[in-house]
Amino acid sequence: MSAEPKIVLDTDVKRRSTGSTGERSPRRAGVVPAAGHADLDPRALRADFPLLSSDRPGGRVVYLDSAASAQHPRSVLDAMDRYYETTHANVHRGVYAIAEEATRLYESARVAVGRFVGAPRPATEIVFTKNVTEAINLVAYSWARHELGAGDVVVLTEIEHHANLVPWLMLAQDRGVELRYLRLGADYQLDVSDIDRLVDGAKLVALTCASNVLGTVVDLAPVVAAAKRAGALVLADGAQLVPHRPVDVAALGVDFFGFTGHKMLGPTGIGVLWAREEILEVMPPFLGGGEMIRDVRLDGFTPNELPWKFEAGTPPIAEAVGLGAAVDYLSAVGLERVHAHESALTAYALDRLASEHGDDVTVFGPAADPVRRSGVISFAVRDVHPHDVAQVLDTRGICVRAGHHCAKPLMRCLGVPATTRASLYLYNDEEDVDELVDALRDVRRLFG
Amino acid sequence: MAGLEDLYREIILDHYRSPRNRGELPIPPAHRVEGFNPLCGDEIVVYLDVEDGVVSDLKISGQGCSISQSSASMMSAAAKGRTVAEVRTLVRSFKSMMSIHESQLGTDGDGEEGEDDDGSDDLLDPSSLGELAALAGVVKFPVRIKCATLSWNTLSQGLDEVESAES
Ligand SMILES: Cc1ncc(COP(=O)(O)O)c(C=O)c1O
Repeated sequence: MSAEPKIVLDTDVKRRSTGSTGERSPRRAGVVPAAGHADLDPRALRADFPLLSSDRPGGRVVYLDSAASAQHPRSVLDAMDRYYETTHANVHRGVYAIAEEATRLYESARVAVGRFVGAPRPATEIVFTKNVTEAINLVAYSWARHELGAGDVVVLTEIEHHANLVPWLMLAQDRGVELRYLRLGADYQLDVSDIDRLVDGAKLVALTCASNVLGTVVDLAPVVAAAKRAGALVLADGAQLVPHRPVDVAALGVDFFGFTGHKMLGPTGIGVLWAREEILEVMPPFLGGGEMIRDVRLDGFTPNELPWKFEAGTPPIAEAVGLGAAVDYLSAVGLERVHAHESALTAYALDRLASEHGDDVTVFGPAADPVRRSGVISFAVRDVHPHDVAQVLDTRGICVRAGHHCAKPLMRCLGVPATTRASLYLYNDEEDVDELVDALRDVRRLFG
Repeated sequence: MAGLEDLYREIILDHYRSPRNRGELPIPPAHRVEGFNPLCGDEIVVYLDVEDGVVSDLKISGQGCSISQSSASMMSAAAKGRTVAEVRTLVRSFKSMMSIHESQLGTDGDGEEGEDDDGSDDLLDPSSLGELAALAGVVKFPVRIKCATLSWNTLSQGLDEVESAES
């Protein structure tokens, strides 16, 4: 292993870390890797994930909670360790070598992450935040409080995560902004039949790309088109999409786009806001402090250039390095393959749940569909509370989530207090699904 | 590692499948109080009739997991017909059964600790709690403790409200 701290853009590191499956597909800006590779081998990939290894202390876990947070490949952990062991220093303005190198690593991670989602100008349009929640709050505080006032309209949907609801509810409270909602329609898709009337007069449409509860992948095109016609900007929450499919923010036609590192094999503590440069330019800063200024006087300050204008204080440097390694890993595997694998596995899971459990297990989400459905599977076991389901599954080492998944309005709409949710990712396979399906038989036996 | 049988004792499942004192009471004269477990969205509603210092009737509605529902059911059976003072002792004893273990487990036990632990001289021994002792196994599953104590905190709040309304 080379002693030189390397990060990102090194296909050899990636190929080594992904073992036999790492095909050579150097990532290029905005380019979606071509489909048609050999199928992804989740078992071989699992060897890259220490927590998922079968000789983990405490035993192998069947990890079906990646929608809450994904596990990390060794390459991400190594990149962060290597950074701390060889290159840690505060970024920007340091004149000594390791400070310069830390800055280079931080800024090259920014570019790598930006290219990963097709940002046209990654060096200036990618703002690192703490998570996607902070990215959305940044827009709500900086852009919205600057641009919107009493009577202005923001359109949301009833399937949003609280992260894309509460900042707007707070804005409504503060500024008298009116909130309107797209509703859930047939087959758990958003009802866009009345979209033009709904967005009429709106200044912003803020919606998720994919539901963290239903597994619905939102068809953004009609919403973006209607917003454009109405002169509204669009904010898309990509937290549940970016980890699973190739994304090109420019092609999506959105104006703001947020996502979060820990759901895409990266560390916690880092998220991303992308926005078009023209918009970021005119937005006032969000948090104030060091790093985000060009000049400070006792009677005022001049904000820094993009993107640092929005990055007050010492940023999450190691986390950025880790996120850079995560997008490298995902690119080396190939997002098309991840997507194809998850679609097939989701179809398998829905099929097995239906054939083994029939009416005793109800799935809240669309039918299997490679375009309109992700690998997030929320369900109810007849007469058994989700907490009890998750508890029984835990005794078999199966990790699922039970609760409202930070989407209480959606829970009300579904008419349940909570659901059990299993979510699939690149390292899951049919065996994991079989374990789940079998264990649900124990659940029904215990409470039946 | 704690096994499922520590949590899902037969008596607990029995109360879950056939909850006692389920329903509502007309208000007034009954007092109605709601409790929420923000973690999981469970809701419990306790209806409480207090006459001459005695909990003469008590009904439970709402929804939740087997632990919160069976705990509420057992609580209703144990509290009904007792004096307010006896019920308060019962509440303290139950919560202490849940919280002593919490501190032993080294969790922060937010919300369950504190005021109910003092004056412990009048606490009932877990062995004299009858069926309720079956819930002692819940402490081995720290995230579920809040499920078990939800109805008790709600009842406790209800008694406070009844008393402050009278004074
Ligand atoms: C759709 C969606 N939006 C936002 C979030 C919030 O992510 P974070 O907690 O990393 O900010 C999540 C994750 O829970 C999510 O699934």
